[in-house]
Formats: sequence, C-alpha cells, structure tokens
Amino acid sequence: MSETNIRKAPGGGNAASIPLMGNKAEPTIFEFTKTHRKSSNLLNQGIEKIDIRSAVADKYLRDEPVNLVEVSERDMVAHFTRLSHRQYSVDLGAYPLGSCTMKYNPKFCDELASLGCFKNMHPGAPASAVQGWLKVMVDLEQILCEITGMSQATLQPAAGAQGELTGLLLMKAWHKDQDHRKSTIIIPDSAHGTNPASVTLGGYKVKTVGTNELGSVDLESLKSILNEDVAGIMLTNPNTLGLFEEDIVEVAQLIHSVNGLLYYDGANLNAILGKVRPGDMGFDIVHLNLHKTFATPHGGGGPGAGPVAVSERLIDYLPGPKPVLLDDGYYDFKIPSNSIGRIHSWHGNSLVLLRALGYILFHGPKGLENISEMAVLNANWLKKRLESTIPAAYDRPVMHEVVLSAQKLSKESGIKALDIAKALLDKGFHAPTVYFPLLVHEALMFEPTETESLDTLEELAESIDMIVEDGKKDLEAIKQLPKNTPVRRVDEALAARKLIATFDSIGD
Amino acid sequence: MPTFTPHTPEEIKQMLGFLGLDSISELYSHIPDSLKLGRQLAFQGLDSEFDVLSELSLTGETNINSAICFAGYGAYDRLIPAATKQLSARSEFVTAYTPYQPEVAQGVLQAIFEYQTFITRLYGTDIANASLYDGSSALVEAINIATSLRGSKKVVLSESIFHNYRQVADTFSKGTDTEIVTVKESDLIEDLERFIDSKTAAVVVQTPNRYGYLVDLEELSPTISKHGCLFIVVMDPIAASVLKPPGKIGADIVVGEGQPIGMPLSYGGPYLGLFSLREDLVRKLPGRLVGRTYDLDSKIAYVTTLRSREQDIRREKASSNVCTNQTLMAVTAAIQLSWLGTSGILKVAQNSFSAAHYLHSELHKHDFEFAYDKPFLWEFSLRFNQNIDKIIDAMLEEGFLAGVKVTEEFSKEEFLVVAATEKRTRSEIDSYVNALVKITR
Repeated sequence: MSETNIRKAPGGGNAASIPLMGNKAEPTIFEFTKTHRKSSNLLNQGIEKIDIRSAVADKYLRDEPVNLVEVSERDMVAHFTRLSHRQYSVDLGAYPLGSCTMKYNPKFCDELASLGCFKNMHPGAPASAVQGWLKVMVDLEQILCEITGMSQATLQPAAGAQGELTGLLLMKAWHKDQDHRKSTIIIPDSAHGTNPASVTLGGYKVKTVGTNELGSVDLESLKSILNEDVAGIMLTNPNTLGLFEEDIVEVAQLIHSVNGLLYYDGANLNAILGKVRPGDMGFDIVHLNLHKTFATPHGGGGPGAGPVAVSERLIDYLPGPKPVLLDDGYYDFKIPSNSIGRIHSWHGNSLVLLRALGYILFHGPKGLENISEMAVLNANWLKKRLESTIPAAYDRPVMHEVVLSAQKLSKESGIKALDIAKALLDKGFHAPTVYFPLLVHEALMFEPTETESLDTLEELAESIDMIVEDGKKDLEAIKQLPKNTPVRRVDEALAARKLIATFDSIGD
Repeated sequence: MPTFTPHTPEEIKQMLGFLGLDSISELYSHIPDSLKLGRQLAFQGLDSEFDVLSELSLTGETNINSAICFAGYGAYDRLIPAATKQLSARSEFVTAYTPYQPEVAQGVLQAIFEYQTFITRLYGTDIANASLYDGSSALVEAINIATSLRGSKKVVLSESIFHNYRQVADTFSKGTDTEIVTVKESDLIEDLERFIDSKTAAVVVQTPNRYGYLVDLEELSPTISKHGCLFIVVMDPIAASVLKPPGKIGADIVVGEGQPIGMPLSYGGPYLGLFSLREDLVRKLPGRLVGRTYDLDSKIAYVTTLRSREQDIRREKASSNVCTNQTLMAVTAAIQLSWLGTSGILKVAQNSFSAAHYLHSELHKHDFEFAYDKPFLWEFSLRFNQNIDKIIDAMLEEGFLAGVKVTEEFSKEEFLVVAATEKRTRSEIDSYVNALVKITR
C-alpha cells in the first residue's frame, strides 16, 4: 500500500506514517527460549546459601522447577520494545474515544510517580512513617470534594466500577440504618454496562428509565417506575450521549421524595470542572475516574482510580481505614463509625492518586475550568463540522462528547459505524466508541478531549469525510480496512470458539 | 495559568464563530443558572510543573523512606532491574487505552497473552485473566464465582489469610449476601468435615499464610472436592515458583498479589490481582481474557475474547463488574518474569529463603520467641511480651521498618510478621537484629 499522505498534524493522518507501527508479527517470548540461557543477576547479599530443599519437606515443594523462559536480557528488551511498536497510544496520536477521556498524560506526572520518597514506601508502614503520603491523600480528598461539591471521600477504589459498587454498598448501609426497605436501583437505558453489573453485585435489582426525544432522562418514564422500593438512581451528567440533563433538579427531587439517593457516575466529569458540581445538582454519592478526568494514564486498560465522594449524611459509612488530618497537624488513619469496611488491600492505587493531585495542582481552579471549556468547544466544533456527513443522534448543544448516528448513511450506502471506525485506524486515528450507547443506532461516539488541536480535529473530520466518500464509491474496499495497521480485522469468533489463552494451549 | 490545551486565542474565536457563538460561556448557556457554581473552585493551584514537583517532593520527603524494609505481608521489597523499569515505562504501554481495537493494540494484547501463560505456569492452572485490581479483589471475584456456580452463599475462610483480604471479602459480601465463616486454620486441617455442609460453596486457604508458614494443601483438597466445593488458594507468585502448583493438587481457583513480580512497593498500589482457574470454569472468569486468533491475512493476532461474560455485554446479568483492571502491571509482570526466567525466579526464592533463615537463626541466637515452629519461606512471626506498635516505632527510629503487626482473630494475640527478601544484605540483617535486641532488652 503506497499512501502518499503527508501528515499535517501530529494527531493522525496515516497509520503507516507512524514510524514504528510495524506490521511484522512478533513471536512470543516463549519462542526465544534456549535451554541454559540466562538473563537475571541478583544482589550479592553476603549470606551463605541455606538450601530450600534442606529445610522444607518435599511434600510442599515442586518436583520440577517452574518453566518460565530462558532468554537473554538483550532479546527480551528487543521483544518488548517491538511489542510496544505494535501498540497505539495517546503519545502516538489522537484517541477521540467517547466516554473514555483519552487526553494527553503530562510527563511530569510520570516523574512525580517515580519519586523514591513516594514509590518506595511499604503500605504497612505506621502512620508516623508516611506523613507525606497521608497529606497527599487528605489534600486530594479535599480538592476532589470541592470539585464535586461533596463532604468527604474515600480514595480506596481502584477503578470506576469498584467505586460504583462502593457507592451502592454505601447506599445499602444507609438505607438499612434508616429502616428503609429498598430493592431497586434505577438506571437510564443509556448507562455504561458497569452500572447494571454493579447494581446486581450490590444486591439490588435494576429498573431502567427511558430516554426522551431530547436525549435526556424521560421524567414521565421515571415517575411511572418510581415508588418506595427505589433505593436510588445512577446517573452521569452530562449523560453518555454527551448531553446535560437539564431536568436534573427535578430528577433529584423525585428520587429524594421516595427516600432514594442519587449516585453520580463521574465518567463524564471532564465537561463540567469548575462549572457545575454534582453535589449542587442534588447527588449524594459521586465516583470519579482519575484516569479520565485527571489524566492519569490508562496503561492499556488500567490502573485507574475511582475515588468516591459523599454528602454529609453518608460520611460515617465511608470505607476505612481513612487518612485524616488531626487538630495537631498530625496525619493518621481513622475508621468511620459506621464504615462499610475495606475496599482495597491497602490504601488504593496510591501512585495514581499522587499523579492526579499533581495534575490538579498544576492546573489550579482556572486551569481546570479551561480544560472543560476546551473539551466542550472541541466536541461542539466536531459535531457541527461533521453534521453533513454523519449527523448527531440528538441535535442539541453537546458537552465534552458527541454521539453521531450513521443510521441514515448506513441505510443509503451500506457504510456501517464499524467500517468508519476501522477505516479511521488506517488514517492513524484511534477509532471512536461504536455501538454505544445502545439506544442509538449505528452510534459513533467521539470525545476529542481538550488536548487535541484544531488542526487535529480538522484532519479527523477530513479523514471521516474521505472515508465516507470512498465508501460510497467502493463499499467492499472499505469493509477490508484497515490495511496499514500491525494486524487487520481479526477473527473474533474463532478466538472464542477455539480458545487459546496461553502459549501452552496452542496446537491442543 | 499553565495548561495542556493547544488552542490559540485566534482559534478559539474561529471555532466559536463556526458555532455561531460569541463567548465560551455560551457553551454552557443551556445549563440552568441556578446550578452553576458562579465562583472559582476554592483551592490553590501552582505555577508550573517545576513548582508541583518541588512542592510535592517536599511533602514526600516527610515519608521515612530511608527505613530498611523488613515488612512483607503481601507487599515485598524486591529487586527490580533497570530493564523492567524502563520497558514498563514505555509510553506506548503506559498511555494506551483498553485494547478494544485489536488492529492497533497488538502490543498490549500479546504482552497480556504472555502474562496469562506465565501465571498459569506458576499456579499450575489452565487459564489466567488479564488481571484484577489487587490480591483482595482477586479473592472477592473467586468467592463470587463459587457462590454463583454452587448456588449457595456460604464460604469458609481460613483465619490465616491476610486479614486485609478477609476485610475486603467481608465488605463485598454485604452486596452479594454471602456468608463468610472464618475458621482457625488448625481446626480446618484437623477436622475439615465439621465446617463443610451442603451450603458451602468454597473453602479458601492461603500458603504461605499470613504468619509466614506453609500449609499442606494436599491434606485439604480431597475432602473439599468430595463435597463438591470449590477450593480457592491464595498464593504469592514467587512462592509459587518453589511450592507445589496449587492447580495441580486440587485447587480450582488460584489467586494472589502480583506486586512481587516487578512492581515497587508504591504505598500499596497500583498492584496486580492475579487470577487463574481450571479451564471448565472459564465461562465464569471475571475481567478480560486475551486469546490468540488470526486476522484477514491469516496472520497471528491477539484479541480480548469470550467477551460475552463481561459487564458491557451482559450488564445486570454479569457476574463481575470489572472493566478497567491493572493491565500495565500485568505487562510489567510479563516483562519481569521474562527477565528473571526459569533460573532467576528460583534464585530470587532461594536468596530470599537464605536471608530470612539467616535472620531467623540470628534472632534465635538472641532468644527471640517465634510464634510458630513450622516451615516457612521468607516470612515468619515473632511473639513479644511488649507492645508491638511501640517496637515498630522504636525500630523506625533505628532506621528499620520492623515488620507488620497482626492480631490472631480468635486469641487476639499480637505478632510481628517479619520478611527478608533477596534485597536484604547480611549487614542489614545484623543491624536489624542488633537494633531489635537494643530496644527490647
């Protein structure tokens, strides 16, 4: 394939133009093994060897040593470096992936997370040894509460989904103490899959509220399912359609009228920093995704961090032990009086928390507002720029992301949302989220984030126009894309039908 | 105000003009004014990355990070080579998204495939997932599989499992209505039958346990399988390189904390929840799984598979809500295990064993009292007739993190759990023993 596109913006253009996205398959590390080849070297401890076999009975021990690999350091470094070349990342180009807030991850936060005074601390150290860590956690908690309009927070949850479940357990404990008998949680039909899954694990049943023609929670639908059995509602605002729920105050009143609680899924917080706060909208529980809004890197699928902030009436239920600042300026741990218990083995994804604090301090209040403003500007610009090619599912001003519907395009030309997504990979952009939210047909969900420039957005829009144009001329050709990526469309059905999940099961 | 937004004032004007707007605030005009904050957020920002680094370094320096670490309890101070640090810090891995677009995510997907292979080899199991949050979340997911498979809600946990893991299991059991019964380990071994009934979904045991000593899994597995319960084992991954692989001696699900294979102590996270099981349980596997397949050109390709188990597809019927996991840590573990290799991991185990046994014998010479006289690897428990918190504080003054205090659930007796790894030298151990003698005598 000899594409001659010259890249204009760093955000995209042509996958082949990304210098290192090689398409030569890389053998597994296990195929580099040679018996008796060694890589590791360990510290000279000056201690005489005490053989394990001499001191531990055979009944406990392996008959054969575990077979890992026998490779040289040089070969393993080359292997993992080559693997990294077969991987798209924020540092390579734009990731306009709706609902995931794949913004630029500042490099100084990497440096922060590698400071020995933080990184080398054992989590079982007494409070007196970790005053710095506890200060970081207390400071972050306070700022997150200010941003969300809540009273206190737990930093333990390791990801958004764990935060959701934590929030539901908080609800459950509170209702129990109030002698409320509740068994259902309401979620909108546009919700993330983690919401209903968390509801089930929280011991509740899901009731779904519909979306009206404007893309918001349908108040009539909500009223029709509302009763004393409702423990609460899980919402994100802006919602997963990128739209602000303008009736949120009325929703809050309705839910509170049956003694229910409002849970805020913070997936979309990037739109409203310093503008509107979940607490002021009436929410009682808020989880944040630090790996979205506060730019901690996604790591190929984690680690994240999902702190949960609550309003005054729930603070005694928060997980513990919880870092606190005492009157005398000393930091310590405290277990809240009605704590739901421990969520994480230790204190949460601490280094992720540290990065987020660094990011927030760097920006300051004005900088955080600027983040949201530019994120919203970018999304609205993209929506309007693309409206003649692929219109938005709901024609309203959007917040930080926009959901387009390729339904009409697909009917007329056969070009599916998936085809556009896959073809974009070939243009050097990461694909948008597709087929979500489920209620939008042929959904393409774009979230440009605030760190992409107008140049990049223009190139993205041009790429989409070009894909649609090409697809109208030759549908079959675009169904074959991508062609320039390390691999092409993969046989997912085969992977599931004939499961090979380890090197040892190849050829079984 | 420092920023990472690239917009020039001209571009902002141009973009607003394109939208028919005059000002940025109009982007928010559809939000009811009554909801708007109407003031600046109340916290103090800093002026640059240099200010942030300098301010937070000052905060960090109030941590006592010079203390030599003899604490373990699931988080171990181990050697991490430059190769692991540098490869795992490659920004292609660090700044990648979840590999939902396999065409451009082969790097992470293949590294996870290799990770899954390593974990199954260590644990003697068939399938490992792409990671969970930490050791305790791996245990919770294992318990959830057992209760959902067996349709019963009772799970028996040995008292000798890390108490923080049990606390996490207790927390989440309130959502699933699981009854967690804690049993003294010696009672389990002497009379397991007494604690298992038709309602028991699983028995959970840890080896080496939280006091450091080894538990003979083969004494338990026949009875557990006779009753059709699942046998869940918690095991440290380095220990798994020398101990009988649990998956080969009756364990159905093996979980653990992956921190010791390549992750710094990091004040408790991000760590790595290791999770693996028997192949016939794979439909219940929580989280992501990477499988090998082919692309349109018949080239080998990797992809997340058996996706129909996962929350985004099964929604309220999913048996796990895990989405974001600890992928970067799993990639790090794959790198570290490749570097260590077959001989290196044994050497880590052997050197840690030698260090801990040397420490044990030196403490013995000074008549310190051990809580248990049982075989151990690199961690054991000391008994004192003094306040252990005070000993830990005094040892900190001497430059040592002395260990982790644990309380036996039933007797309420307190111990100091002490670990020595391949990173502890003879002189560090000698000084530790001297300091402990000094402050306790």
